[in-house]
Amino acid sequence: MAKVIFNHQACKGCGLCVSVCPKHIIALSHEELNEKGYAPAECTDEAACIVCGFCATICPDMAIEIIEE
Amino acid sequence: MAKILMKGAEAIAEAAIEAGCQAYFGYPITPQNEVPEYFAKRMPKLGRTFLQAESELASINMVYGAASAGVRVMTSSSSPGIALMQEGISYLAASRLPCVIANFMRGGPGLGGIQPSQADYFQATRGGGNGDYYLVVYAPATLQEMCDLTKEAFDVAEQYRLPVMILADGTLGQMMEPVELGNYVPRTKADMTWAATGFQGGKPRSIINSLYIQPEELEERCLAMFDTYREIQAHEIRVEEFHVEGAQLIVGAYGTMARIVKSVIMQLDQAGGPKVGLVRPITLWPFPQEAFAKAAAQESVQAVLSVEMSMGQMVEDIRLAVNGRKPVSFFGRTGGMIPTAKEVREQILALCNGGKE
Amino acid sequence: MAKECRRPKALTDTPFHYCPGCTHGIVHRLVAEAIDHLGIREKTVGIAPVGCAVFAYNYFNTDMLEAAHGRAPAVATGMKRVRPDNIVFTYQGDGDLSSIGCAEITHAANRGENITVIFINNAVYGMTGGQMAPTTLLGQVTTTSPYGRDPKDSGYPLHMAELLATTRGAAYIERVSAHDVPHIRKAGQAIEKAFRYQMEGKGFSMIEVLSTCPTNWGMTPVQAMQWVKDEMVAQYPLGVYKDLGEKEA
Repeated sequence: MAKVIFNHQACKGCGLCVSVCPKHIIALSHEELNEKGYAPAECTDEAACIVCGFCATICPDMAIEIIEE
Repeated sequence: MAKILMKGAEAIAEAAIEAGCQAYFGYPITPQNEVPEYFAKRMPKLGRTFLQAESELASINMVYGAASAGVRVMTSSSSPGIALMQEGISYLAASRLPCVIANFMRGGPGLGGIQPSQADYFQATRGGGNGDYYLVVYAPATLQEMCDLTKEAFDVAEQYRLPVMILADGTLGQMMEPVELGNYVPRTKADMTWAATGFQGGKPRSIINSLYIQPEELEERCLAMFDTYREIQAHEIRVEEFHVEGAQLIVGAYGTMARIVKSVIMQLDQAGGPKVGLVRPITLWPFPQEAFAKAAAQESVQAVLSVEMSMGQMVEDIRLAVNGRKPVSFFGRTGGMIPTAKEVREQILALCNGGKE
Repeated sequence: MAKECRRPKALTDTPFHYCPGCTHGIVHRLVAEAIDHLGIREKTVGIAPVGCAVFAYNYFNTDMLEAAHGRAPAVATGMKRVRPDNIVFTYQGDGDLSSIGCAEITHAANRGENITVIFINNAVYGMTGGQMAPTTLLGQVTTTSPYGRDPKDSGYPLHMAELLATTRGAAYIERVSAHDVPHIRKAGQAIEKAFRYQMEGKGFSMIEVLSTCPTNWGMTPVQAMQWVKDEMVAQYPLGVYKDLGEKEA
């Protein structure tokens, strides 16, 4: 089973993943900034994720990985 | 091996080939076109690389690429072309890449002319491009010496990891002389594991680079380069001294000019004229300061004269070396004019005994 | 469902210094994925430009050279000629490739140098603060075209893919874009093909990637992607401009 992993520390909060998610389940977490001071992207509803890989494809910083579990 | 009669521009190419030069990149410019022409004929037959680049800028950067791969590589040009290469030469020096660059100097500044000159001395011995660096600069006076120094230049470049320049004037490119080749004895093979050739053999990743954004790092890098320069100054200075002991006048001259001075000195000697010595730097950088200082310090010496095919460039290094011990004067012609033996003789006599023979 | 997507081996662990949303990171990953997929990491030598990607030698986990501004194709030529078994690529921006290095790229293409060129076209000089590039669109405001690029003063956007496709030496020239997921995937395929052509000895290939510079364009990353789609693609049509294919090479 493939799974999408968000690496909060690698994220620069650019929001590109948010814009391409077909299920609209990625958001920037403004409550908890990462060490770089960015609002990192996170999945708001993992159960709804279809692992399309769009977010990982457009992420410029490889902060999103898809792994086989 | 027997001596063969060769043109300078061809002899230097053959010497480079003998030293294992694997690639030559160049761009046509008078008076050294026979260098690329000779390589163009020879290299393909040897399975080596010859490429005529689109500009000197491209040539020197192709040299950068081939040098990064750890092979022996060379380019040549003449003054305006060498000026165009300065960006690449600075990068080569900064990235600590070995290569050989030959400059057959012609009259300048600007497009100048195509007759021989020595007016690129400042450019060659002061680095030439941006930043703190030097090249090793050899100044051959004969074609045999040019061949021998070219072969050694490849060894020196690899040993110390820096570009080496053969600073010849146009005369040395165009004249013919007998040369003996096939006698190359290489120095100990230098460590080349820094070269970028891919990961084959499990070596660590190579990065050939001259960018250091942190000033502390860049300074450290420059300091390391200057450690190397001090080592070169300690071991690689080359100079010929001719009739120096007990001379009344010391003449400093290099390359073709030194040959003319030497013949004048021999003429004066035969005619029972004043005793004149020649100090001929073979390395212009590192400069043979000691040789000039010692020669000038002799009690017999009244004056020092620099004779150059320029408006006076090496004379500044001679003044620094003599350091006020004796008066240093200059004589030269420029723009492609070569001081004649007669002119040099008059200058020497004027300094020795008020112009009387 | 998507395949595994992890950091390629051909990238080091060093985080990119690029601004948030900059497509350099995407293209770096595509290049590294191609290198991994073709299994050529151990014989690849990359050449970094001057510009935002100047630090590419910190990111690509291959042997790397840093070239002077615009000279990467000449450096690549020197490297490839003496080490034909190595895979040599340059990674250059539009200031580097289409302005100061226009001679070097043109002649490398014309000679059919067997190298792969990744050309990032984002219509500005990014590193130096968003000045006008040869690729800047007409009317585009930059720090050195504050009233918009006027062709009477500064000429017209330079189309490098079209220009280089006219050289007989070029084997494969394609313009792709990194503005959305389908185009990024297509860009990845083009980049891999360009490397494959080099492995097969087909000669010069260049992939021009329309890219963003959100910081200097004064846009959010999402707006910048939209601007590429709406404005840049119109000016710089995507597609294959030259492909010698399997048989002609």
